[in-house]
Amino acid sequence: MSDKTSSAFIQVNNVWQEYGDQVVLERLNLNISEGEFCTLVGASGCGKSTFLRLLLGQERASRGEILLAGEPLAAEPDSSRGVVFQRYSVFPHLSVLDNVAIGLELPRSPLLGRLFGRAKREARDQAAQMLSKVGLGHALDKYPTQLSGGMQQRLAIAQALIMQPRVLLLDEPFGALDPGIRKDMHGLLLDLWRETRLTVFMVTHDLSEGFSLGTRLLVFDKVRVDPHAPNAFGARITYDIPLNSDRRATRAAVEALPPHITGNLQPAV
Amino acid sequence: MVDEKSVIHPTHYNADTREIAMRLINRHPNRPNRLFLVLLPFALLLFAYFMGSAQRLADNPNDKLLPSATQMVAAVDRLAFSEDKRSGKYLFWQDTSASLKRLGMGLGIAAVVGLCLGIAAGSLPLFGAPLSPLLTVLSMVPPLAILPILFISFGLGELSKVMLIVIGITPVLARDLEQRAREIPPELLIKAQTLGASTWTLILRVVLPHIMPRLLIALRLVLGSAWLFLIAAEAIASTDGLGYRIFLVRRYMAMDVILPYVAWITLLAWLMDLSLRQLARLCFPWYEGAKA
Repeated sequence: MSDKTSSAFIQVNNVWQEYGDQVVLERLNLNISEGEFCTLVGASGCGKSTFLRLLLGQERASRGEILLAGEPLAAEPDSSRGVVFQRYSVFPHLSVLDNVAIGLELPRSPLLGRLFGRAKREARDQAAQMLSKVGLGHALDKYPTQLSGGMQQRLAIAQALIMQPRVLLLDEPFGALDPGIRKDMHGLLLDLWRETRLTVFMVTHDLSEGFSLGTRLLVFDKVRVDPHAPNAFGARITYDIPLNSDRRATRAAVEALPPHITGNLQPAV
Repeated sequence: MVDEKSVIHPTHYNADTREIAMRLINRHPNRPNRLFLVLLPFALLLFAYFMGSAQRLADNPNDKLLPSATQMVAAVDRLAFSEDKRSGKYLFWQDTSASLKRLGMGLGIAAVVGLCLGIAAGSLPLFGAPLSPLLTVLSMVPPLAILPILFISFGLGELSKVMLIVIGITPVLARDLEQRAREIPPELLIKAQTLGASTWTLILRVVLPHIMPRLLIALRLVLGSAWLFLIAAEAIASTDGLGYRIFLVRRYMAMDVILPYVAWITLLAWLMDLSLRQLARLCFPWYEGAKA
């Protein structure tokens, strides 16, 4: 047991989330190892997104604690955790290229929040590479409003990944997309996940999406319901299902290889 | 597949019947009609004025209330294109430059202060808690009521006139921009934090660019009040300025001067509005509200 907890990348210990009288989450306990792709499903209003906000640091748990690599999670969003929302994920006032380059500019320029000259060119080159990886290489100078919904979400993913976060949080990222485009996005997301050591949490309403993408499916549901006080009890994780064991195994095998080999292998995987 | 257009606009009527049968809210003027409709009220106003003017001047050639076009042109020529005998200056242009200087300074200071206050109150909860109610109360103070206080504390010079404009419009600007800052989707602010922004760089690179087009729009909306405060201040204590001139010649019932001045002020205000709108469109092409 102690071995298991020490190896966990994210530990959720007895977490409760309450807003006044309303209990949203109760007694959550989870151990997530690095590189896991967790999909979060459940009925509307059952606390999936609340759990994601806790992981993001947008909210603080009323009780319990969440540890990231053994350290308590920072109480505000930071660059260790990337996020893609269903809407408003990209900056409407920046071009596609600058939307990604801003992630390189902000941490390096604490005074003005922007780079100049060579540093700026380098940041833009790096951003352009990331954008061509997600298939937006042709739209660098456009504004987000000129992009379709699917392209905006590609942009949001590129923007999150340029920071090389350890955790990627996705809040129904494809909820507003057409089925065909959604399928393309699944492929893109899985490719990116295979290439990096990302731990992904994805909230979705689409059960089949949850099953096909995740290596672990977490179902949020209320165990206890008091019909006279519907808010008295919160949701727990009722099912925790390991999925797609082949992908999980492939990944474990790749990680077991010495680094000088994996360095060459990873782009091909 | 049903052709949507044919559903919305049935084609089995002839054109006239179709137009008339349609609800008023669905009838739009076409291009030449629109131009006609735009010009019509202006033409009617001018026509009514000159009719009235001709009527009164026919009854009494010395009538001063509704001067004719010739009289107004003569007055403009006297003030704008010939030197003033006493000061040796072209009064019309001197008035214009004095007024525009005051207005520009007032608007500029108010914009900067309003922007800072609005952003502080709208995006920093610790600053918003004390600022927000204060701004609400301050914006209720009628600026003209404190004009005597301004004259007492800032003297009768330029400062008190500029201050009246600043005090009059800053709270309005600040409150509007505070509201706009609050309306920025929280997702964007969180996203910026995950991209490594500090409070300062977040304001600089996310909040400020979002607020700037709103500032230009807010400035357009307060232009009218700014002119009001300017002319009020000039009317009471000044030695030049458009408002000063109007209130000076009022003593001689010189409508031939007042009316061109009013038209000139209107034109200036309209041009300022237009240039602010163009500026917003040029500088913030991503901002959809700028097109309005």
